[in-house]
Amino acid sequence: MSSIIIATLAVAVIGMLIGILLVTVDKKFKVEVDEKQIAIRECLPGNNCGGCGYAGCDALASAIANQEAPINACPVGGDPVAEKISRMLGLQMEKTEKVAAYVKCSGDCENAAARCHYVGIHDCASAVSSGLSPWTCDYGCIGFGTCASACPFGAISVNHGVASVDRSKCKACGKCVAACPRHLIELVPESAVYAVRCSSHDRGAAVKKVCKAGCLACKLCEKQCESGAITVENNVAHIDYEKCTKCGKCAEKCPAGVIRKKDVS
Amino acid sequence: MSHKTFRGGVHPDGHKDLSKDCPIEEFLPKGELVFPVNQHIGKPAKPVVKKGDPVLAGQLIAEADGFVSANIICSCSGKVKAIEERHTVNGGRATCIVVENDGLFTLAPGVGTERDDTSMSGPQILDAIKAAGIVGLGGAGFPTHVKLAPRNPEQIDYVIANGSECEPYITCDDQLMRSRSDGIVEGMRLVLRLFPNANGVIAIEDNKPEAIAAMTKACASDSNISVLEVKAKYPEGGERNLIGVVTGRQLRFGQLPADLGCVVCNVSSLNAIYRAVCKSEPLMSRLFTVSGDAVVKPHTMEVRIGTSCRELLEAAGGIKPECIAKKILCGGPMMGIAMSTLDVPIAKNNNALTVLAQDEVELAEEQMTACLRCGRCGHVCPIGLVPQMMAEAAERKDYERYEKKLYGLDCIACGSCTYICPAKRPLMQLFKQTKGAIMAAKRK
Repeated sequence: MSSIIIATLAVAVIGMLIGILLVTVDKKFKVEVDEKQIAIRECLPGNNCGGCGYAGCDALASAIANQEAPINACPVGGDPVAEKISRMLGLQMEKTEKVAAYVKCSGDCENAAARCHYVGIHDCASAVSSGLSPWTCDYGCIGFGTCASACPFGAISVNHGVASVDRSKCKACGKCVAACPRHLIELVPESAVYAVRCSSHDRGAAVKKVCKAGCLACKLCEKQCESGAITVENNVAHIDYEKCTKCGKCAEKCPAGVIRKKDVS
Repeated sequence: MSHKTFRGGVHPDGHKDLSKDCPIEEFLPKGELVFPVNQHIGKPAKPVVKKGDPVLAGQLIAEADGFVSANIICSCSGKVKAIEERHTVNGGRATCIVVENDGLFTLAPGVGTERDDTSMSGPQILDAIKAAGIVGLGGAGFPTHVKLAPRNPEQIDYVIANGSECEPYITCDDQLMRSRSDGIVEGMRLVLRLFPNANGVIAIEDNKPEAIAAMTKACASDSNISVLEVKAKYPEGGERNLIGVVTGRQLRFGQLPADLGCVVCNVSSLNAIYRAVCKSEPLMSRLFTVSGDAVVKPHTMEVRIGTSCRELLEAAGGIKPECIAKKILCGGPMMGIAMSTLDVPIAKNNNALTVLAQDEVELAEEQMTACLRCGRCGHVCPIGLVPQMMAEAAERKDYERYEKKLYGLDCIACGSCTYICPAKRPLMQLFKQTKGAIMAAKRK
């Protein structure tokens, strides 16, 4: 019986000693953390996607706390998160427009002319560096889904040889924009209605040979646009969404159907 | 006794009999000729002609822009049709000078006249080489006048003529050595005049006995030029390996051949040097092999630079009717570049077109498994890298480890690892892509 008591006491004493030690160490070697930073970190989504340009949510929280980054720096959280942070810090918040990724190519199996049967590493960057993409167009989507595998939110899928973004899932972190070796993905404001679905820098005649749905650089849209939002540069139309009035005249006139409502595939 | 060789390497089927003994024909193109301005390593050349200008064969149409760059010479007579972006053999696009060929091949004044080279000094020889637009014709395309002007010319003790054509199917260097051995030796003599303390070694693989006999005969009267038989193995003709085999010196990472007292030139480059200096003939044509199991008449031709690959394949009888050309390569099957179109011009450093009825890569893709960690890739790597670990780092995009720890940038992309890999992994493509990505990031 006495051995049980001795054992219990011994364990209790050791436990107490360790407890005291831990408390002392905790007090003595305490790492000072800005409470603001912890609170900001709580507000952030916690995906650690890196879309803000910082190493992760912790890094962004510390940057916001030190006023190195704006409070709306998290593209994933968007306005709701920025609002929470601003309320907490008592700062004025600037409203940001929600954006989402958009693939500027419509060269799917039906529209684009096939170049060759590609064998090798199934990755868009590999196909580009080997000069052997499956489609003849030198500017179009390759369709091997490098963007889809880069997306941390599963918002991108490849349908009929061309990548498409599920805009409801897209958090605008920008990983796909960086991953696409042909730079086809742009972050387009949610409020925008029309978008250009081609990125070819070839002239009209050359585009016609390789794709049924390519921008011919005819400049009809540029002439139609009353607000001067459309410019044709490098043989491809570009919409400035700050100027666009969503009148839709460009889409009406576009002979190749390249300018389309962005939510219609 | 077996001949000298290096550590590693593989033994792919040579298939050289297909084209080896067919007579060399001169092929004159009928269609337009296209000259990309980036046919060499270094800065692209600057066009000196305009659209509509009449040009003659042997005329300078683009001049070297900067030190590491090379002139581009028109190889036909006619009119400049356009200066525009076109596809090149490697699948990319480049500014090209397109010349409408009048079919006459009228030579520019002074081209083809005999020149007395005995009175020429070293710098004059270099100038002639530079003016002729000669680059390394073995494949790398490094401007020859830069290669032959190292900082330490008196310390160079070996000039190595690379006659180790180890790539399967290609026989143009072999046939050049057999038919134009005097030109090569003459080119070697000219190069040796630039390096007072050097001896010339012509390294030829032991599977080319006729070439060895011809070259031995041609250089019999020269005490400082010799022929060295080396073992037939792939990639024996790699610069780094050849230096090791000939001199016993090992090129360390980051070293240039000149640091070890060596200059390595392809035999075709030497022949081009001879023609440029002694005959005032700039680099307009080269020997080119069209071969492969799907070609009707595989043979080697003397072709004009800028000729379209389509014309060359037609000149070789086209594709056998019973075959489907599964794969068309510019170069051989080991290092060649797969092409998606034949409507591209051949550049100075392209030496062959290989058309295969079966795509080994496609077959390999079906059988591909995960890495077995057998280590065979490391055994065959001719420069002693560890491809298995490089692949791991490249797949993780750990470029720092790839470059600093695994010396991945020293990969010569010979493809031996991919050839031997029992898991059929596409190692060489991965390494080429990774090297490209690292170099692009460095340029930024």
